This record gives sequence, structure tokens and C-alpha cells, in this order.
Amino acid sequence: MSLLELPVSQPGPRAPRAAQSPPWRLIDRVGLAVAWLLGLLFCALAGALVLYFLVQGIKYVRPSLFLTNPSPGFTATATGGFLDPMLGTMLVSAIAMAIALPIGIGVAVWLSEYGRPAALARVAESTIEMIAGTPSIVLALFGILLFESPALGFLSRSSEGVVFGRSFFAAGAMLSLVALPLVVSNVREGLEAIPDHVREASYALGKTKFATTRRVLLPAARPSVLTGAMLGAGRVIGDTAIIVVLLGATLTFDRSGSVPLLSTLRGTGSTLTYYVFYNAPTGEGNQPTKAYAAAFVLLMIVLALNVGVDIATRRSRRLRWSS
Amino acid sequence: MEFLTPPPVRRLTGEESVTEPLGPTRGLPAPPGNGNGNGNGNGSAPASPLVGGRRRIASTPLAIDRMQAEALSVAYGRKPAVDSVSLPIRQGEVLALIGPSGCGKTTLLRSLNRLTELNKDVSQSGRITLDEVDIATLDPTALRRRVTMVFQQPNPFPMSVFDNVAYVLREQAARRPKRAALRGAVRDALARAGLLDELGDDLDHPALRLSGGQQQRLCIARALAADPEVLLLDEPCSALDPQSTQVIEDLIVRLREDVAVVIVTHNLQQAYRVADYVAFMYLGRLVEYGTAGQLFRTAREQRTREYVRGEFG
Repeated sequence: MSLLELPVSQPGPRAPRAAQSPPWRLIDRVGLAVAWLLGLLFCALAGALVLYFLVQGIKYVRPSLFLTNPSPGFTATATGGFLDPMLGTMLVSAIAMAIALPIGIGVAVWLSEYGRPAALARVAESTIEMIAGTPSIVLALFGILLFESPALGFLSRSSEGVVFGRSFFAAGAMLSLVALPLVVSNVREGLEAIPDHVREASYALGKTKFATTRRVLLPAARPSVLTGAMLGAGRVIGDTAIIVVLLGATLTFDRSGSVPLLSTLRGTGSTLTYYVFYNAPTGEGNQPTKAYAAAFVLLMIVLALNVGVDIATRRSRRLRWSS
Repeated sequence: MEFLTPPPVRRLTGEESVTEPLGPTRGLPAPPGNGNGNGNGNGSAPASPLVGGRRRIASTPLAIDRMQAEALSVAYGRKPAVDSVSLPIRQGEVLALIGPSGCGKTTLLRSLNRLTELNKDVSQSGRITLDEVDIATLDPTALRRRVTMVFQQPNPFPMSVFDNVAYVLREQAARRPKRAALRGAVRDALARAGLLDELGDDLDHPALRLSGGQQQRLCIARALAADPEVLLLDEPCSALDPQSTQVIEDLIVRLREDVAVVIVTHNLQQAYRVADYVAFMYLGRLVEYGTAGQLFRTAREQRTREYVRGEFG
């Protein structure tokens, strides 16, 4: 009965919002306009960049570029394509990620789940921050120091006790340091976003900390692991300094030894970034059309990675606990 | 003007309709509904019939002592949370821990499977036994397989329904049992939690896509899969809607035959509906322990009467 006799005094139709709120102050309005303008400006910049390289890319990218190797010459037809640099990019980022991913996940798990003693955790944290802030050319110089030492001579070419110190191994190892901080921070963020009651739920079923981390936490943080890996790979693919210094910067693979894959890894080569650098109007090669084509391919790879990151983070947002 | 709390969720149908006889008026099981200020209305009249949907009348005939807390005190740093509490936990009965926020209910519950130890600055005295063995001497992981727990927030793991339950059964050994070998046990646990019929054969459904109530029952299924002796429930319904609450309450009452059930609840009506024994805690102390009927109707302690009547809390 009471349901039918609800109070009749329903609120009238709402006044339009504009009429309710007082007008903004001038400074706020100016601020809003500036924010809009800047936002549009950045969109335009990004759009122009992609569009420009799209146009240039379509103009200059030929299937043959993907299939032929760089060769010395003065004309566009004589200088060949970028097969080896492209493979070099893949190879060097595979090595770098193969090193950075397990170490990064391990460090992130330790920082987020164990982190004891606290002093050590703080040291580890600031070490990673320091690596993240180190310019890659500095890492490259340090890498030369490291990989020219006789103890690590087996990773690159050496003759009569003199270690060359430049190889895919050396470059990949130093590039893993470029990717490491991104992997660590993303995985850590993903782990720390998991509410504590989820951990406790696993402990309350008689599971050890290790089993909990391995079977519950890391699978739950998988989107973050993916994000870290892709952001890290993006940085590795984009790096040039370490390639110039540590990969030997030979435009084609210069193998060392006779074992099939090992000889390539111990040998020198280059990547797409170095290829662009070399063929840019200021570079030695000076084949701008080739540089544009390679830059376009590079941009597409990085864009694809960004889309991947986007999908991963979106998925992580969909399946969550109420906290 | 009468202050009315919403009426309790009541069984609509029931194969186990052994509820207490309904009182004359539309029933609020516990007096809090009638605590209208002066408080000496019907709350102080011990004879006032408690009405509403008790899930059944008597406790099951076989009640076995499973756990025993003896002079248990727990403190976080300097702050005491539980102060020399002694009480038994029996299989065949549901024990409800009630009391205002911060009275130590949850701490008491968590110390029963040593989850309190996850907190570094916790200190404890007194002892807890499980089947006459001091739990401090047990391996925590072994203990927690025998005394499992369900939390306030439904927290299924981000994997399939099947894997959520199978996770419990998979030992941390190098050789993981095959999926087919676990199927029976998983289905059994889901059936005990009343989830199997709803899910049918779709056990590969992502657990986090289930509804809140189903998620919580999955958590119960998970906790049952370990085949525990004691099941701890920390406000299992506080994040759920009334319908899911009702389903879970029915489940709790059914489960008490096989496991000793301890439930922490803020909801007095829920305690009245599901519990055989109720422990009222206040400021870390166990103020009163008794059967649900006795505690809600004829409490010995003044504090209990006031709390049950809804005068503070």
C-alpha cells in the first residue's frame, strides 16, 4: 500500500546546467583555451609526422628494399636495400629482450613481493633509476670497456689476444639495460595494482609465496609484463648510439667464425636506425630516399608496438577485482 | 514514528524449511529493528519471541570439537586487538563472531589459520589447537589447507573457473596433475558450493566475468576444494546483493555438517539466521558466547543486550 502512496513532491525538471553554474573567471577560460590549443597542436604534430613519413614511405618503399642488402654505390639503384639492417634490428632486440625480460621480471617481483632488507630494496630501486637516466652513448662506452676485456673475448671477434669487443652479443647485452628499467617499472606497477586480499586468498589456501607469485600474481600482471616488454622493445629498436659503438656498424652482417647462428651473433652488423643515420642527407651514404623508406618501416614497427601496449592495458582494465 | 530496518532476507522456498515458528508480526529476527531510542521496549523482555527466518531450529546432533582458542591474545605492535579469548570451534555448527568495527573479530579469525603472521609487527600469546595439536607447531601452508578462508571481497584469481579450483589441488610439485585427473574433484567442489548447476559445463569461463555472488561462491568452492576441517568466512556477503547473500547463507548452513564454519559478520540478522553459536566481541574481549537464541534473546551481559538491540556498534 505504501508503494502506491509515495510522496508526490518529485523534483521538477532540472534547470539547464549553464544556468546553474556561475560563469568561469577569465583566467580559467584562457587556461582552457590554451590547453585545447596545445592538445590540438600535439595531435597535429603527431599526425603530420605519421602522414609525412607515410607519404615518403609509400613513395620510396619498394619490396626489393626488404630483400636486398646494402651495397656500396652512388645511385639509389646501386646501393641496394636494407635486408640485413632489418634483420639486425630484430636480432638485437630479441637478444636485448631475452636478457631484460627475465631479469626485469625477477627484479620487479623481488621489489614488489619481497623487498627485504629494505635498504637493499632502496639501493636496487635507485640503481634502476640511474640506469634509466643514463644516456645510451654512455652505456655504449661502458660496454666497449666491458666487452674488450679478454674474459669476454669469446663474445666477439678477437685476433692474437686483441678483443674487438663489438658484436650482436655486446650490443644486445648493453641494450638490455636500456629496456630493463621499463620492464621493471611496468611489471612492478602491475604487481602492486593487485589488491592484497588476492595474495592472502592464495596464502589462505595453503599456497607458498612462490606458488602465489608464479601462479596467481604473474598471470594477473601479464598485461603489465606485456606492456613493459613492448615499451622496452620500442626503446631498443629506436636506439642508435649503442649500435654505432657496439655493433660495429657494418651495414651487412660481418660474421665471425663458421658456426651458423653463433657466427652472426659474434659478428658485427647494423640496424634500421643506423641505416637511417647512414643514409640521411648528412650521413656518409647520403641516399635520403632510402633513409625515408627505412624510417617509415621503423615508424611502423614502433606504432605497431604502441598499439600492442594499448590493447594490453585496455585488457588489464577490463578484468579487475573490486578493491 | 518507528525506525525500521529492512526486513531480513528470508527463504522463499525451502527443502530444509525447519525454521522456527514465525511470530505474530512481520519479523525482524533480532531486536535491532525495534530499538527505538528508549530501548526498554521489547528488547529487555526476555520472553519476546524472536521471529524471522532462522535457517533451522536445532544444531546438528553431532558436534565435534575441531579447534580451540585458549587465552588467545593478539596485538599489532603495541595495540592489542584480541585480548585473552577462549572459545571452541565445532564441526556441525556455525559460529558467528559479531561485534562493532575494530573489536578484533577479523583478527581472531585470521589468527585461526595464522594469516596474522603476514603482518610483521604482530605478536601473539595463548594458543590455538586444531584437533588437539597446537597450530603453532604446524607448517603454515599445511595448516591453511586444513583451515581455509573466504574473504570479504570476492577475489577469484584471473583465470578460468576450472583453474581457480584446480589451483588448490595442484601441489607445488614439479609434476602437475593432468586436467582430466582433477576434473572430478573440481566438479565436486563446485557442486558443494552450489555453482556447478549454474555453470553447467562451461568451466573455462573466466572467473572474473561471473557475477559477484557467483564469484564469492567460487571462492567458497575453492576453499572447499582443499577439503578443509574448518572454513573461515570474513564477512562473505558484505559486498553482495540480498539474493546472492541468501544463496550463500543457505550454503553456509548446509556446509556445517562437513566442516566447522566460523563467520565474521556485521549483520546481526545474518548471524541470527545462520549461526548456531554466537560470540560477541567488544574491544578485543570476548564478552559473551552462547547459542544464537540465547545470545539474541536472553543475553547475560548488559553490553551484549545493548549491541544486539542496536544501541551502539
